[in-house]
Amino acid sequence: MAYCNRSKRLNSLFLLQWETLCPRWCLITSHKLYSSVYDPNEKTFEKILIANRGEIACRVIKTCKKMGIKTVAIHSDVDANAVHVKMADESVCVGPAPTSKSYLNMDAIMEVIRKTRAQAVHPGYGFLSENKEFAKRLASEGVTFIGPDTHAIQAMGDKIESKLLAKNAKVNTIPGFDGVVKDADEAVTIAREIGYPVMIKASAGGGGKGMRIAWDDEETREGFRFSSQEAASSFGDDRLLIEKFIDNPRHIEIQVLADKHGNALWLNERECSIQRRNQKVVEEAPSTFLDPETRRAMGEQAVALAKAVKYSSAGTVEFLVDSSKNFYFLEMNTRLQVEHPVTECITGLDLVQEMIRVAKGYPLRHKQADIPINGWAVECRVYAEDPYKSFGLPSIGKLSQYQEPLHLPSVRVDSGIQQGSDISIYYDPMISKLITYGSNRAEALIRMEEALDNYVIRGVAHNISLLREVIIHPRFVQGDISTKFLPEVYPDGFKGHKLTDLERRELLATAASLYMAEQLRSQRFLGTPRIPIAKSKRSSWELSVRLGDGIYPVAVSKDGSSFSVEVDGMKLNVTSEWNLASPLLSVTIDGTQRTIQRISRNASGETSIQFLGTVYKLQILTKVAAELSKYMPEKAAEDTSSILRSPMPGTVVAVSVKPGDMVSEGQEICVIEAMKMQNSMIAAKTGKVKAVHCKAGDTVGEGDLLVELE
Amino acid sequence: VGFGIKNFAIIYYCIALSKGHACLGKLTARERILLLLDPDSFDEYDMFVEHRCTDFGMDSSKNKYPGDSVVTGRGRINGRLAYVFSQNTVGLYYLLAIIDNDFTVFGGSLSGAHAQKICKIMDQAAMVGAPVIGLNDSGGARIQEGVESLAGYADIFLRNVLCSGVVPQISLIMGPCAGGAVYSPALTDFTFMVKDTSYLFITGPDVVKSVTNEDVTQEQLGGAKTHTAVSGVAHRAFENDIDALLNLREFFNYLPLSNRDPAPVCECHDPSDRLVPELDTIVPAESTKAYDMLDIIHSIVDEREFFEIMPTYARNIVVGFARMNGRTVGIVGNQPKVASGCLDINSSVKGARFVRFCDAFNIPLITFVDVPGFLPGTAQEYGGIIRHGAKLLFAFAEATVPKITVITRKAYGGAYDVMSSKHLRGDANYAWPTAEVAVMGAKGAVQIIFRGKEADAEEEYVDKFANPFPAAMRGFVDDIIQPSTTRMRICHDLDVLAGKSQSSPWKKHANIPL
Repeated sequence: MAYCNRSKRLNSLFLLQWETLCPRWCLITSHKLYSSVYDPNEKTFEKILIANRGEIACRVIKTCKKMGIKTVAIHSDVDANAVHVKMADESVCVGPAPTSKSYLNMDAIMEVIRKTRAQAVHPGYGFLSENKEFAKRLASEGVTFIGPDTHAIQAMGDKIESKLLAKNAKVNTIPGFDGVVKDADEAVTIAREIGYPVMIKASAGGGGKGMRIAWDDEETREGFRFSSQEAASSFGDDRLLIEKFIDNPRHIEIQVLADKHGNALWLNERECSIQRRNQKVVEEAPSTFLDPETRRAMGEQAVALAKAVKYSSAGTVEFLVDSSKNFYFLEMNTRLQVEHPVTECITGLDLVQEMIRVAKGYPLRHKQADIPINGWAVECRVYAEDPYKSFGLPSIGKLSQYQEPLHLPSVRVDSGIQQGSDISIYYDPMISKLITYGSNRAEALIRMEEALDNYVIRGVAHNISLLREVIIHPRFVQGDISTKFLPEVYPDGFKGHKLTDLERRELLATAASLYMAEQLRSQRFLGTPRIPIAKSKRSSWELSVRLGDGIYPVAVSKDGSSFSVEVDGMKLNVTSEWNLASPLLSVTIDGTQRTIQRISRNASGETSIQFLGTVYKLQILTKVAAELSKYMPEKAAEDTSSILRSPMPGTVVAVSVKPGDMVSEGQEICVIEAMKMQNSMIAAKTGKVKAVHCKAGDTVGEGDLLVELE
Repeated sequence: VGFGIKNFAIIYYCIALSKGHACLGKLTARERILLLLDPDSFDEYDMFVEHRCTDFGMDSSKNKYPGDSVVTGRGRINGRLAYVFSQNTVGLYYLLAIIDNDFTVFGGSLSGAHAQKICKIMDQAAMVGAPVIGLNDSGGARIQEGVESLAGYADIFLRNVLCSGVVPQISLIMGPCAGGAVYSPALTDFTFMVKDTSYLFITGPDVVKSVTNEDVTQEQLGGAKTHTAVSGVAHRAFENDIDALLNLREFFNYLPLSNRDPAPVCECHDPSDRLVPELDTIVPAESTKAYDMLDIIHSIVDEREFFEIMPTYARNIVVGFARMNGRTVGIVGNQPKVASGCLDINSSVKGARFVRFCDAFNIPLITFVDVPGFLPGTAQEYGGIIRHGAKLLFAFAEATVPKITVITRKAYGGAYDVMSSKHLRGDANYAWPTAEVAVMGAKGAVQIIFRGKEADAEEEYVDKFANPFPAAMRGFVDDIIQPSTTRMRICHDLDVLAGKSQSSPWKKHANIPL
């Protein structure tokens, strides 16, 4: 690997001050969104290896730096330049891109631990964080696993065992029956015992498959008939699951923190009800729904469970809560959760620091009474995905521009990427976690709205529009949410923000003003030209703006640095600094301040503007051009997205799809090597592979058909 | 009687126009000028000129129209002076189609008077020092006029040549352009086309059929796609008349008015000392892996705005205009994404012509180098890669405008010399830490040096040459720079180099290997 050596040597030429380039980490602490005081005299680990990547690896490294602990990052070869690698004191490549060969490659990671003499390992979340095998191997080599003991991981990792343990610890579990049900009468008896409504399904069926809800005896009999038939025919397993059905459930979880001395605390709840496909999207702490009694009851049960399994470290006990505030144990996550920052914000604790202390063997420093709820925190998971397709289908690409809204007060961004980073198919498409904090929920939400507007993400699709719509939705604002929020609020799928008449006028006025600012700037040349420039004496213009299906006449006149814009017979005053190079543009429209982003523009007046979170496509033309444009021929769009041709002569190195496969836009379909250069051919759209016309080793000419999509 | 017919014509003007628009999807000559120029800035010349042909009944008053088949004049684009002519196959002459039922005779055809009008504005443009923009839409020579029409073409050609390198000349092909008419656009600096409604060919499909027996459509023979992707005759194509004219306005802002003027400097909001951190990791660790040179260009130039020239032709080289701290620059970059960014016949010619334009009009050149060499093979050798590759070498060597070069990765062999190297009077030559300045790739070099006998030789070669140090130690690159500082460095250099003056030995003209 001569190349690697060389690039290392060259990189060392430039003692890269990453902090000066990306001051993200300094800023987070300066916001004081959590502030566990670190006692520098308390002995701790000298070196910790972080067996993870992305934002959580960066998050852990940050606390380690604060505590004066050296850090070792592991990475796959495609992550060689990742942020967590640059932040860590040492980094070692553990394998190629696929996680099974790198971040899950225990042999390689153990080797790195031995080589770097790391004393402890923080697993983050995902990957090896709840892998008891990994924890065991660490223990056998005398390396501390920063997390609970193996037996707790094992006990809580097993759905049935964990439920049993919870029951014994007097934790509310969902009443239910799992086993062979003789006949419909027995089913009814069981159902009555549990109390209606009940859910009936084949035990062997995963998830919600074949699930039936029964509200009375009659429906129970029917459900029994269907489910037992399905159980026998589809799974060859007669067992049925009859369980209390929780209507409109909310997902509320309790953060617990326990040490190795039998102490355990509950650090209040997090509400994570806004989900899509069982993945959390928006989380907050505390929950609008819990009263102090319920909170205490849940907290005490969570602590009871933690104590029952001799839990140490940070953990999360997840509950489903029904509309009457009955709560039922779901599962316990024996790791740091993605959404831990909201808890840190309201309690002031640094959970990673506490985890490290506990792992080192120190007792907890806090008593239950010391755990406050200070203010309100909301977290949005910002994903590289297209929210217009089933609330989010992954998108990949290079972050051509990226700027976090850290200039705003009480904003915390946990991310592991930066401008220029690739969002690849190999890993989770999460870009960051955006957290805002306020003295109350309304303040936190307003800050979130502003933070989302000020977040610049270009080059990949992102879900900012969905996040912003959720947090301003009246139901969300009132706290009327459940895990079914998204499908209930958007039964036909998410379509972006729906403009009110006033908002539409604001958008049109802003777009027209921006267009005029650009036009006027293009008449300003510096220096003294040989042939004098004819200065336009005009100060008012008639434009025509196309937005969606509508074409709107707009009259703009300039008044100092602001524009007066007439739309639909209404005059709006638009003021801004009109810095056309800045990705963020602060405009004041009739006294209302809005942060907009101009995503693109071209000479033909087409522009896309992110306004209230959603990107709108507009075309702005002068009135004359607009009138003439109706004579322009309509063009039928040529669809070349369903065929993939070789752009050059070369050799096919690999074909990653076969007929019938589903591919998503931007996914690699095959690799062509030409002049010793590997070129990845990607799908131009999402679809099913119809035919593959090449195989690895083939020589192809330019324009040869490689793959067809349906 | 003739006057009466004209009145009649005016009455039907609107109907005819709307029909012309609807069936052809094109604008009239005057509408095009209206969109191209600033409002109320057009001063028309020679509105009263009529053709002088007397044969074939052409002297009858119904066949005479003031202004003939072209509109000429001067106007302003964003306040800056431009001379314009706009030929016409619809509009006024569409009326004749209605009246005479013989549209083809007059469809923008070039008469002596038509040519004279164009020559007049070209002469003035050259004298004053302002660009000439031609909106070409002409059926060709006016056959009734015979040799007078041919003379007209030659008069225009001569002026195209005399103006070349004096004032920028731009042709926008907005309709058919056949026969002699094609050579004027070919002589100008930039030829743009409108998709689906414009054609350029020496002879149309009918003649092709009769001579070579080939069946070919107008679009296949000389449409926008053919000329922008296959022949390289046109530099860019636009969706329709309006799109083309609005883009032309934007393009015009990049150009100086003449060779007497410096490259224009626009008001710029993008900080000149902006760091571009993503460039530090943009070049992949594996030297065989591709990346997109456009990503580098977009992130370095002002506001990510890049007006690419010939984006669909010889895509292994990227050329186009951008601004750095407001000042127009010409950018040339090898494109590793296409054919590894190698130089071949088409990319050499594309690059050379662009470099010469920039040099002629005082536009600084910024070159991004990642070139594995010239493309080998019989197709290239038979096609004359030696002669064509020499054009790019020639163009870079003779250029005296500020020349800044950044080697991002490979600079191998002769192609290293060609790509605006220090040896060709480069003013600021930089290398990124990922640069490899060598005679060839390690594998090939080792095979030659050691005949494959030494196992460690490749690593040794890589250590010795596949990095920027040997070049830097000899002063062939001025500095090895942190990629994220590239924009800042270039902006600073351009400020300093604005005062550059360099001359070549006196000569009538150089003899570029055509």
